[in-house]
Amino acid sequence: MLKHEDHIFTNLNGYNSYKLQDAKSRGSWTDTKKIIERGSNWIINEIRLSDLRGRGGAGFPTGLKWSFIPEKSNLPKYLVVNADESEPGTCKDRDIIRNEPHKLIEGCLLSGYAIGANICYIYIRGEFYNEAKILQHAIDEAYENGLIGKNSSKSNWNFDIFLHRGAGAYIAGEETAMLESLEGKKAQPRLKPPFPAIVGLYGCPTIINNVETIAVIPDILKRGSAWFSKLGKPNNTGSKIFCISGHVNKPCNVEEELGIPLKVLIEKYAGGVDGGWNNLLAVIPGGSSVPLIPKKICDDINMDFDSLEKANSALGTAGVIVMNKSTDLLKAIARISRFYKKESCGQCTPCREGAGWMWRVMERFSKGIGTIDEINTLYEVSKEVEGHTICALGDAAAWPIQGLIKNFRPLIEQTIKKNNEKKKVA
Amino acid sequence: MSKIKTKFKFNNTNLLKAKKILEKYPKNFSSSAVLPLLHLAQEQLDGWLDKSSVEYISNYLNVPLIKVYEVATFYHMFNLKKVGKKCINVCTTTPCWLVGSDSILKRFEKKLNIKTDCITKDGSISLHEIECLGACINGPVIKINNDYHENIKLDDVDKIVKNLKK
Repeated sequence: MLKHEDHIFTNLNGYNSYKLQDAKSRGSWTDTKKIIERGSNWIINEIRLSDLRGRGGAGFPTGLKWSFIPEKSNLPKYLVVNADESEPGTCKDRDIIRNEPHKLIEGCLLSGYAIGANICYIYIRGEFYNEAKILQHAIDEAYENGLIGKNSSKSNWNFDIFLHRGAGAYIAGEETAMLESLEGKKAQPRLKPPFPAIVGLYGCPTIINNVETIAVIPDILKRGSAWFSKLGKPNNTGSKIFCISGHVNKPCNVEEELGIPLKVLIEKYAGGVDGGWNNLLAVIPGGSSVPLIPKKICDDINMDFDSLEKANSALGTAGVIVMNKSTDLLKAIARISRFYKKESCGQCTPCREGAGWMWRVMERFSKGIGTIDEINTLYEVSKEVEGHTICALGDAAAWPIQGLIKNFRPLIEQTIKKNNEKKKVA
Repeated sequence: MSKIKTKFKFNNTNLLKAKKILEKYPKNFSSSAVLPLLHLAQEQLDGWLDKSSVEYISNYLNVPLIKVYEVATFYHMFNLKKVGKKCINVCTTTPCWLVGSDSILKRFEKKLNIKTDCITKDGSISLHEIECLGACINGPVIKINNDYHENIKLDDVDKIVKNLKK
């Protein structure tokens, strides 16, 4: 359990103002200059020691990512912050932007300095119109007070932050697609390698990090890597914002230690499952693209990267979607399949064709139309899509279906059998 | 590149805004401004982009027309067909669906007497389905033009429609 004093986002729910004066009273922009004076190597090393893993879904170690930036390069370097939060079930970045924008801005400066970038682009999803306004206001405040801009915070480092609005494409949240979109093109992911740390935005070395990752950087540097790595579990350190939505009594965003039991998370913070714990059917633990886990696993699973991986799921963005027994699970997964069919960028054939095909089969299954053999075909096709595309959207389209078939195969069979019997009687 | 004469032009305020937007990006990468300028044009045209506005932006940035057009078709937020002055988007992705977004959408259809993706006869309101808006803990969520309305209940739909029709 996260102690009161260990919370990073003390204004996550927006009870106080986001503005500079209030953010300062919550600890933002203190000692910024001192940290920068300690040098970029020190910063990168601290982040490495803290074992911070990226909060955008993949969980890649942040310090390691930063160290890929080539030191000897004449090209300008860029920091890009991924605020294109569109993973169904996830709404943490929105609350950071609305209520704690100065944590993010200070994090941008420190991270930008560490990797040697003078320019940072924050790519915010287009639908977040009012959130973008708030963030722009906070950026303006920081400029007016000399915290960023020329000689940022009197550190002799020039640093500019520009806000770039997306226009409603889920795939723009993939890091290389984001770069394409920033360059004014269709958001279609690039082949890797070369990785963005070598060839990124405008062909220059670029680091792309999630909003939450960047927003925790100032606290790690101020309180020390040892403090951060003591929270959570080894290899899954620190605190994380969990978004709990669906069939719970009090849906909420909450910051907790990684490794907290799912049951505690739901019962303590989200007011419990609608109809009680025994009414739980399944949980999607990390945003719509990860496989669901049935109740018997939910009973004692811990919410961290490694535990969920062992349970054949993933922590993803920690967007916990709770479904109780009133849920038509086939329809719920079919709706997720429709999402991926719509959002596929159309670049790779397995995803473009496969996502649509899987959606059509799922739609049929949800009405009970089909044969038992087709379940195997669906599973096989999903395996053909998985891992055969440039980015992870193909995987994301396949995993929810695989999770359903692995855990709830009898349910699909029953639905099909029932419908076939109905037909016979008629 | 030969320039096409266009009917659409940025108004003076937007010309200033466009200039400011271009300052954000390196000089030889002005194509980065395609998205923000399309947003700007859409704002000026009450929520949708006609052909001439896309051509205008291609001229303005010196980017081939097809490159601007493909961007305009790729992103969901750019409307290439006319939408209502008040554009209602109902999120129906799984987290919102679990808490009853389907019935919200149906209620809107009934109250407005139009189907999804249609526009009222007077052209004032249109209704659309949208994918996850990223406010899942406050579902069901709808977006009217730029504003989110959260924790929507069936009664709220009636109130919203009444207010919009005023």
